[in-house]
Amino acid sequence: MAFLRDVYTILVEYYPQLLAGVKNTLLIALTGTVAGLLIGLLTGVVRTAPLSGNPMLRALHKILNAIIAVYVEIFRGTPMMVQAMVIYWGYAFATQGNTLALLPSGILIVSINTGAYMAEIVRGGIISIDRGQFEGAMSIGMSHTQTMLRVIIPQVLRNILPAVSNEFVINIKDTSVLNVIGVTELYYFAGIIKRQNFQTFQTYMVVCVLYFIMTFTITCLLRFVERKLEGKDTYTIFGSQSSSKAQIQIRNGEG
Amino acid sequence: MAKDAIIQLEHLQKQFGNNAVLNDINMAVYPGQTVSIIGASGSGKSTMLRCINRLETPSGGRILFHGQDVQARGFKLADYRARVGMVFQSFNLFNNMTALENCMVGQITVQGVNRQQAKERAMQYLRKVGMEPYIHAKPRQLSGGQKQRVAIARALAMQPEVLLFDEPTSALDPQMVGEVLAVMRALAEEGLTMLVVTHEMAFARDVSDHVIFMADGVIAEEGTPAQLFESPREEKTKQFLSRFLQQ
Ligand SMILES: Nc1ncnc2c1ncn2[C@@H]1O[C@H](COP(=O)(O)OP(=O)(O)OP(=O)(O)O)[C@@H](O)[C@H]1O
Ligand SMILES: [Mg+2]
Repeated sequence: MAFLRDVYTILVEYYPQLLAGVKNTLLIALTGTVAGLLIGLLTGVVRTAPLSGNPMLRALHKILNAIIAVYVEIFRGTPMMVQAMVIYWGYAFATQGNTLALLPSGILIVSINTGAYMAEIVRGGIISIDRGQFEGAMSIGMSHTQTMLRVIIPQVLRNILPAVSNEFVINIKDTSVLNVIGVTELYYFAGIIKRQNFQTFQTYMVVCVLYFIMTFTITCLLRFVERKLEGKDTYTIFGSQSSSKAQIQIRNGEG
Repeated sequence: MAKDAIIQLEHLQKQFGNNAVLNDINMAVYPGQTVSIIGASGSGKSTMLRCINRLETPSGGRILFHGQDVQARGFKLADYRARVGMVFQSFNLFNNMTALENCMVGQITVQGVNRQQAKERAMQYLRKVGMEPYIHAKPRQLSGGQKQRVAIARALAMQPEVLLFDEPTSALDPQMVGEVLAVMRALAEEGLTMLVVTHEMAFARDVSDHVIFMADGVIAEEGTPAQLFESPREEKTKQFLSRFLQQ
């Protein structure tokens, strides 16, 4: 069959390019998702922190909140392809012709863009944690920071993992728009290969399957991690069940 | 006498918007005492406890801890909260930690106790409430009564001077109420200072040294359990108690 032969030829002839494309796509998507999550955590914590009693800090906090809100709206409200052009060429414009290295630019753009989505995901995650968790921590004297680090964030991370996985998968696909500034991810190489072999359909079919293999593998992998994080359903009884060592004998039904 | 009080409330007031929930509350808790607070739903019992622990900010009046104003500038709130424990109706155990970790985290973060020591202390109190077998269980794997006993151990592990209880058995099935009350009874007998909001009249009558009856944001009547339960003076108290006895 002609189609299969063409595909085979593409794989054999262009595997270095395809491999480099897959590698860069994964690298940008992974780094961008992790950095985006960090941005999300940072902004989420800032936005949900109680306002300080100190007027200076209070004002600063409010300004910071406003900046974050503007950032989130702008980066969620415009296409990443346009953001890539504006940031990349904006830098060139501002520095009179200097350009950023392409791969770092790609990572930067995906990070900032993902960060805007993660900011909302994390904020929702923090808000949805029961107030009792905060109060339990406060009642034993833990500070807001300690409460966040030890009690809230671990629960938030577990709860938002499905949404984070989703962002990762979206990023694998959406890095393709970075070809507008010439980042050498998978879609960029597809264009190069097509211009050499004139087999547009066959080339993009190969690339399509490669994208799917990446996203499907990641989805399965993260599902597995999710299940692991669910924790064990069982626990080991420590010592003997009869709790003969208990200093207080529990008298049932006593009022 | 007054200066010996661990906790003293002077003209405490709390409003939520224009809803005056606490009006001029005056009371004191002395070392070794078990004080019970009873009263109808909505009378402000929880709000009062939450003010003491500074989960709510009072609108007026003072809260003194060993004579020190807990709202004063420079007052060390974290230290204070570590010394005044709180047990909630809804347990509020940390869901991401085992029973043991729940009882360790406060010691480590707030009191700077090292892990080994924190673990020993946590074990000591978990044993005390009969929860040693379940130290590796997460809250979602425990029954309500077991969760509340862990929550008590978590508070005790901070080695507080006073323990505040806000209806610790109200969220529990009847057969689990007993196990939690037994723990509290034992703590009272050991001389732990406790301030207990409760609907368990038998507990208030048999265990406490002092009973406070709250109605509409004020202390309507207070006294020894014998005084309050056998010969209440106020009409409101009589009504409240008779309604409870009928149930
Ligand atoms: N955060 C809040 N915002 C507004 N109003 C509140 C708040 N917390 C409590 N209230 C109001 O304060 C009043 C007293 O509430 P509180 O919880 O102290 O009563 P309670 O005596 O503990 O009642 P219960 O026995 O039902 O627990 C109620 O009218 C309640 O609606
Ligand atoms: Mg209440």
